[in-house]
Amino acid sequence: MKTVLSGSYAEVIIDTEGPVRIIGESINPTRRKKLISTLQAGSFDYVLQLAASQIASGAEILDVNVGYPGVDDVKLLPETVMALQDKFDIPLCLDSPNPRAIEAALRAAKGKCIINSVNGEERSLRAILPIAREFGSAVIALVMDDEGITHDPEKRLAIAEKIVGRAIKEGIREEDVIIDPLAMAVSADQDACLVTLKTISLVRQKLGLNITMGASNISFGLPNREALNAAFTTLAIYNGLTCPIANPEHITTSLLATDLVLGRDPWAIRFVEYYQNTLKSL
Amino acid sequence: MEDLLEMLHNAVELGKVDRKSPYPPQLRDHDGAYEITAMALDAGLGPQQILEEALIPAMAKVGKKFSDRQIFVPQMLLSAKAMGASMVLLKPFFASGALRSNGTFIIGTVRGDLHDIGKNLVSMMVEGGGWQVVDLGVDAGSDRFIETLENHPGAVIGLSALLTTTMENMKQTVEDIRAVSPSTRILIGGAPVTQDFCDRIGADFYSPNGQEAVNYLKTLAGN
Repeated sequence: MKTVLSGSYAEVIIDTEGPVRIIGESINPTRRKKLISTLQAGSFDYVLQLAASQIASGAEILDVNVGYPGVDDVKLLPETVMALQDKFDIPLCLDSPNPRAIEAALRAAKGKCIINSVNGEERSLRAILPIAREFGSAVIALVMDDEGITHDPEKRLAIAEKIVGRAIKEGIREEDVIIDPLAMAVSADQDACLVTLKTISLVRQKLGLNITMGASNISFGLPNREALNAAFTTLAIYNGLTCPIANPEHITTSLLATDLVLGRDPWAIRFVEYYQNTLKSL
Repeated sequence: MEDLLEMLHNAVELGKVDRKSPYPPQLRDHDGAYEITAMALDAGLGPQQILEEALIPAMAKVGKKFSDRQIFVPQMLLSAKAMGASMVLLKPFFASGALRSNGTFIIGTVRGDLHDIGKNLVSMMVEGGGWQVVDLGVDAGSDRFIETLENHPGAVIGLSALLTTTMENMKQTVEDIRAVSPSTRILIGGAPVTQDFCDRIGADFYSPNGQEAVNYLKTLAGN
């Protein structure tokens, strides 16, 4: 199954049979308070700098979240999109709980973006799916619904199936729905990652769709976070994860290593080239 | 007698819940917080003394180790569990007045936000600070805080939000609570929350961690 995305010209294909594509997570004010102060001052320098460093480290899609109390994201999200696409030819993943901000950003964006996100709640399905169809966007489907978050992989799959069904009915292509199986902190519940891995495996077998997740969530509250993230992401890829939302500066090496050992990197070209290119820049 | 208090302090600090708990491994086959509390009560120690001289200092120590990154979320949760095992035996004394709480603390993660770890850590630190905690869980709307406040007049409220996008709901919750109960103290926290945001939405206190919340509540107790 292939989800085809594009920037101004460049095409990025997320393929269930192909190598992992990283959606860079850094343009998000939750951990970068500086992002909002610079954007509110009307400066896009910092956001462009975050984009450049993520692209240099291997991000092929960029998540863009500028949500913050008091920020008019219906105005700021499209402005940020334009600033980014003016400088970089890369598909974007538009991240906002506000459907009006998503719509405004899609109107401003070039190419084909991902909407982050829809979930199984009726309100969300009704607000987001028509926008995805109108703009021909791909959409991330979070497997939670009006009942909240379930810890049963079969139930998570059922929510995924429901969202996909509704999307198809709305006129969205099946391959444009990317499932997010929900990754929760393993510090609070040592079975949390296993639930996610089982969900990934079920979604892959039953739906065959592309799968994303916030790969850095799971290590919250623990030391050696990068090792944990890498271990989990590797297992998740083996089970069907294809486009994690992650910080490429921390995780690219282990993703490329995973692709290579899974036979998705002929002649080890991507793995070796990344090493050579990183050396060159040192 | 003092030995029992010290043993209980140690059990809570290290997260030894009861005798059958296998954690931490170095205390295998030792008594846990539950048994030691029972022994302390049998030996005639007062519940208030047990709370003040063992549980509260133990949880303060745990909070300090957590902020210093000497321990992590799983150990913190084990300590909370150990404290909970002890509280099972102490709580009945609230009714008789032999055990006094500092007050009631109502905590929840605001509407639209499903993150609960930070909220749970603060909740247990506050309980370990001698407060009775009513935990409303996640995705809690203003109506739930207000309803709970009606049942616990004078309670202090704690709001958590982990997303920049749900901080907006925190603002709304503060406004809604203020509308019905202007004098209720509200403290807020969560990764994206700042002092500046706290000032802007008119909350009373911004707490960057559980211990600060306990310290703030201490200033309110007895007032």
